[in-house]
Amino acid sequence: MALSEFPRLGFDPFVELRRMQSEMSRLFSGFTPAARDFPPINIWLGDTSVVVTSEVPGVTRDDVTISLQEDVLTLEGARRPRQEQDANWQRRERAYGTFSRAVQLPFRVDPDKVQAHFDNGILEIELQRLEADRPKKIEIRAG
Amino acid sequence: MPQEVRTVDQQVPQTVERGQRAAPRPVFLPPADIYETRDNIVVLAEMPGVALDGVDITLERRVLTIRGRSAANEHAGYQRVYNEYADGDYERVFTLSENIDRDRIEATLKDGVLNLVLPKAESARARKIELKSG
Repeated sequence: MALSEFPRLGFDPFVELRRMQSEMSRLFSGFTPAARDFPPINIWLGDTSVVVTSEVPGVTRDDVTISLQEDVLTLEGARRPRQEQDANWQRRERAYGTFSRAVQLPFRVDPDKVQAHFDNGILEIELQRLEADRPKKIEIRAG
Repeated sequence: MPQEVRTVDQQVPQTVERGQRAAPRPVFLPPADIYETRDNIVVLAEMPGVALDGVDITLERRVLTIRGRSAANEHAGYQRVYNEYADGDYERVFTLSENIDRDRIEATLKDGVLNLVLPKAESARARKIELKSG
């Protein structure tokens, strides 16, 4: 991917373009095989914050740990099977066990301003962009 | 054994008959666990995003239909940049093997999982048969 056609320049402006292109085609190809990972994640990007939503049916607040390191958000937890005495199981389609997923966020976020809540089996995490990382308008002084 | 009646294929957009005409949304088959105890048949179905008022359960004779309508998951001012799951509705139909006491059906929704307790009708419960000495 990073094959440069501009070795003399020392950098290749097309590498970044190609990276974006492959990223785009992956995004628009719909549901990638990675989509089968649990839990599935959607990411929403705003001006100063990013929202990560995830479908975690049957997972309670105590079953999941959210951690943040630099710009990598990690969701870890477990889905517990129901313990039932004398149950005659006829269908078991729901998956159980531990899970762990890490997502790289599009920018660095403030670890002190993270809000997370559960709503009907959907986990929603909002992370604020780090103040120092926001785009800054630079004034041009008259010479 | 509850038999499944396949009505929809996963991720095929179709309208859900519910009063107003809804925009085509995907309809998913919710993964389900079903077990039977002495007195009940219990169905657990995963329907993340569905609120209590979005659930519709019908039992006609032995045909159990579960429908769930998830709330629109839009974030105003935000742009969706990465997508692994889609919003949609859930629908699944089972044919139960037992007669159900329909007056005592209990349904709860917790953390996106529908928990349906269907008490077996008195006549359907296993009875112990006494052997009489002849």
